[in-house]
Amino acid sequence: MEQNKKSVEELKTELSKHGVFTTTFEELYNWGRKNSVWPLTFGLACCAIEMIATTMARYDLARFGAEVFRASPRQADLIIVSGTVTKKMAPQVVRLYNQMPEPKYVIAMGACAISGGPFRDGYNVLKGIDRYIPVDVHIPGCPPRPEALIDAFMTLQKKISEQQLTGEERPRHLKVDLPSEFPVPEYGEHGLEPTENAEVWNPLKVLQ
Amino acid sequence: MAEQTINTEGLKAAIEAAVPGCRVEILPNGSPSEQHSLILDNEHAIAVARFLRDDPKLRLDFCSDVAGVDWLDFEVTEKVKVKKLIDGVETEVEETKKTVTPGYLEAVYHLFSMEKKHGPVVVRLRTANRTDQTRVPSLTPMWRSAEYQEREAFDLFGIVFEGHPDLRRILMWDEFTDYPMRKDYVPPADDDEPVAAIRESGQ
Repeated sequence: MEQNKKSVEELKTELSKHGVFTTTFEELYNWGRKNSVWPLTFGLACCAIEMIATTMARYDLARFGAEVFRASPRQADLIIVSGTVTKKMAPQVVRLYNQMPEPKYVIAMGACAISGGPFRDGYNVLKGIDRYIPVDVHIPGCPPRPEALIDAFMTLQKKISEQQLTGEERPRHLKVDLPSEFPVPEYGEHGLEPTENAEVWNPLKVLQ
Repeated sequence: MAEQTINTEGLKAAIEAAVPGCRVEILPNGSPSEQHSLILDNEHAIAVARFLRDDPKLRLDFCSDVAGVDWLDFEVTEKVKVKKLIDGVETEVEETKKTVTPGYLEAVYHLFSMEKKHGPVVVRLRTANRTDQTRVPSLTPMWRSAEYQEREAFDLFGIVFEGHPDLRRILMWDEFTDYPMRKDYVPPADDDEPVAAIRESGQ
């Protein structure tokens, strides 16, 4: 298999020297997808300011095909959770994610979005959005610089370009029986109910 | 703003003269700011507030802050020397005496005058306790700017403002039943197991 792949790559290089471009449907499809990821116009806190800066002329996210921030989740491929997710806001974030069409991706930007950050011990802050929706790329930082967001974006592009369209390894959105919508948490008497979606959330285990 | 401080003793006397029967207590502030506060009794609070707002010399027309404070029950232990008869002889014995003062909730109002350019006058209202009698009169009818801040104090401390036009939670959702800024509030031990375990293991 590995040998086969290598020889295919060699053949491709050889053909390109003669002006013949070869590709696979999967590569072409993923190339198109990764270069037209449209994020949702959605910001929560100070990280959103960095996200806005990333889209402006100096950092120019348009170079990656992501200049169109869509104001409707129905036209967006990517939700950048940029900032503190309060418990009061969390159901709305999940609902926005549910309204996006597949394939859809999530970048959790900054310490708050990935873990609650400096507000983790507070009574009103969700301890990471990955408790309710599947996150593709986590960016640490408080707030992360635009370069970090660009790096996360390129990581996401790499992830998209490596996704297989067939086989067992294919991503969630190509598996019919896997969900594309996730349960929206409800406001409870003491906090959100449930406190996490066990199917999505895989916390690190401490091995003793 | 060129602020002139208002003499607290004089203010207390003026209030007591204007609102008969009211009880005003001065709570001194020992810091260099010397912002002493006045503790009003709940029955006459509205009348005193109206006086503070409308009196031509005071004209405290602006309520800048309403803050909630939670005072837990506090216990004072002191050693008292008591004379007792022991074996027919009067001897002095030291005894420890515990006094428990029940806790209460407090709403603190900071009042200024735009017209007279003076302030602040700090006014405090106290509830009877912090469990079942958590009512104080609302001063929103006197200062509209107190409306949202009283809602916030209601939301986070559970102070019930009687006479408030729209007393609902403002920051937390309506279904929420706790008062998270109270000192004995314990957040739900929801979901912090991995971090708790890491903290315990000391890594």
